[in-house]
Amino acid sequence: MIKFSERQLKTPKFMRPVYLVTAGQSKYARAIPEKRTEELCVDALTMAAEMLNLTPTELKRYIHTCYYGHFADHFGDQLLGEAVIHDRLGLDPLGNIGVKSGGATGGSTLWEAAKAVASGYSDCVLAMGWERMDEVPTDEGNFLIASAADRDWESPMGQIYTGYYAVMAQKYWQVFGKAEASFRRTLAEISVKHHDYARFNPFAHGGMKITTDDVLVSPMVADPLRALDCCLMSVGAACAILCDEPTAMELTRNSKNKPLRIWVTAGSHTLRPADRRDMEIPLLPHEAADQYKDLAKEFPGGDRYPGFTGFLAARMAAYYAYHMAGITDPMEDLDVIELHDAFTISDVQTYEDIGLRPYGQGRDFVESGDCYHKNPLTGRPGRLPSNLSGGLIGCMHAVGASGIMQVFEIATHLWGRWAEIHSDEKRWKEFGREKPEDWTDLQVKGAKRALSISHAGVGSHVTATILMDPDHLLKKDA
Amino acid sequence: MSSYGQVQVKNGRYKFRGDFHRLEQNMPIRDADDNWKLVGVTKPRDMTYVHTYGGEAIFFESLSQGKLLATKCENPACESNGSIFQPFRIHCPDCLSKNTVIDMTDVAKKTATIHTYMVCERSGAFNMLDKPIRFINIEFQGVSTILFSYLLVGEPQIGMRVVPVFKHYNPTYTILDLSWAPAGTQLEALPEGFGF
Repeated sequence: MIKFSERQLKTPKFMRPVYLVTAGQSKYARAIPEKRTEELCVDALTMAAEMLNLTPTELKRYIHTCYYGHFADHFGDQLLGEAVIHDRLGLDPLGNIGVKSGGATGGSTLWEAAKAVASGYSDCVLAMGWERMDEVPTDEGNFLIASAADRDWESPMGQIYTGYYAVMAQKYWQVFGKAEASFRRTLAEISVKHHDYARFNPFAHGGMKITTDDVLVSPMVADPLRALDCCLMSVGAACAILCDEPTAMELTRNSKNKPLRIWVTAGSHTLRPADRRDMEIPLLPHEAADQYKDLAKEFPGGDRYPGFTGFLAARMAAYYAYHMAGITDPMEDLDVIELHDAFTISDVQTYEDIGLRPYGQGRDFVESGDCYHKNPLTGRPGRLPSNLSGGLIGCMHAVGASGIMQVFEIATHLWGRWAEIHSDEKRWKEFGREKPEDWTDLQVKGAKRALSISHAGVGSHVTATILMDPDHLLKKDA
Repeated sequence: MSSYGQVQVKNGRYKFRGDFHRLEQNMPIRDADDNWKLVGVTKPRDMTYVHTYGGEAIFFESLSQGKLLATKCENPACESNGSIFQPFRIHCPDCLSKNTVIDMTDVAKKTATIHTYMVCERSGAFNMLDKPIRFINIEFQGVSTILFSYLLVGEPQIGMRVVPVFKHYNPTYTILDLSWAPAGTQLEALPEGFGF
């Protein structure tokens, strides 16, 4: 049984407010043989500068330290890749450091960057993430990804990470999904939604108009997950600039970007799911002490927490983030979210971990229509639209960049710039993509608060990033 | 003349003998859609890593002898005192004292049950298992964790009773020497070299 001390559950506190002022990203694709990684990073930083109506040179003059998220050195065959990127961005001799935490690398990079500003060490920092997974054959790529599992206890078994994750998916499918065809169809709806939203995102490379039937007949990967239930493998880069208040005001004075308050928190759990011990469910602010007393009765086999069905790291990241930013009910307090949809089923698991629905009830977030930009049941705006970028399933999963891409996306809603950025004909053309005739504006009107979740593998690391319009804070001393 | 790379420990140091890598020429990568312009090069490489098992060595050695070892926290001052860990943990995750090694082969034979599973048709490079791979996680009575392994014969189901299978002949000294079979499986049903 894991027990937490009060000190461990302390609400994190920044020493001063931290602001997101701009962000940028490169094109994402399965392969980009025509560009080196540093070219993609230059693209991302240049875009971030343009969002502020500055040149890259002007923006760089503000940057004091740099945090670089890049997960898989062995994919790129380059140790100290951070030094390469830092040099090519012309940021020497500023201090920089690499951050690695699997699929959560992007979020973890923001976590470190935010703390650098919050502590007063720096007034302006660059958080840049990238990945390229196109430079090895697929089976060797699977081998390299499997290296993120325990090298002696897990990786020798098939060298296939999907399999290590899928045992968890299977447990959730049978216990909380009750292996129902209706639940399987709900999972397929997530895939349809994310591929469809990606069609309106010029940066995305998985946009498709598909049906739930298409998902249900796509090739089986690991029962019940099929090819269209799984995230993309991608190449690309994303960045964000975080500042203290005076610097944020100065940098945004000639821009449409309003400085956004940012909080980033993190949780973790064992690398091997095998090591996860039983414990009581840590409660979020809107959950009641006896809320889960009948969980095992309602869902036989669901008596173990987190077992193989919940992600404790996600719950803890949300726990810290909600208390830190003053969120008492995420469904009420947030306007738009981006979740780490590595698989359709993990998307559902995350709804529960971060409290959008109680444990066991995650599917209702989709079935109610709450997760859509426009609720298909009511024709009205969805209550809490999720993954309007297309997520990892429809937009991209360039691992080190993914968590920063998510923040870029939710920020564009809070800035009211989603349509401007995603409809730009020049950008569609530059990326060699055809803008769909039915391109749809997915701006969440009036969005003031947003959340993104960045998640590693089987749940070893998870970060929660919250953005808020500073005129719509929930807590005075946050 | 080449020979397989072999490693021994002598005088507290690794001694490497034989060939640990082969040299292969790189090849140009050209764009078939753009006048065969140069895009990059391949970089072939074949390397051998060394993994030390440290305090877990006894676990992997014992698999080849048909024994499944676990560990137990016996620190009376620890709130996890009495917890049994499988996977084998050298130290208690709570008090960090060195755990006691115990033989849990009989417990496994009598109480092992499939907690969850996955049948996987794919594998990565350098995979040594036959496909499809039947991944299983196994819970044991009195053990606080849930071991990840694979089902050697049969089709998995949640709640199925299973028994440990050991690779007696030509062991690999890796986790692949341990697998599982549905309870009641006869020895003749196992592939050659495996036994209970």
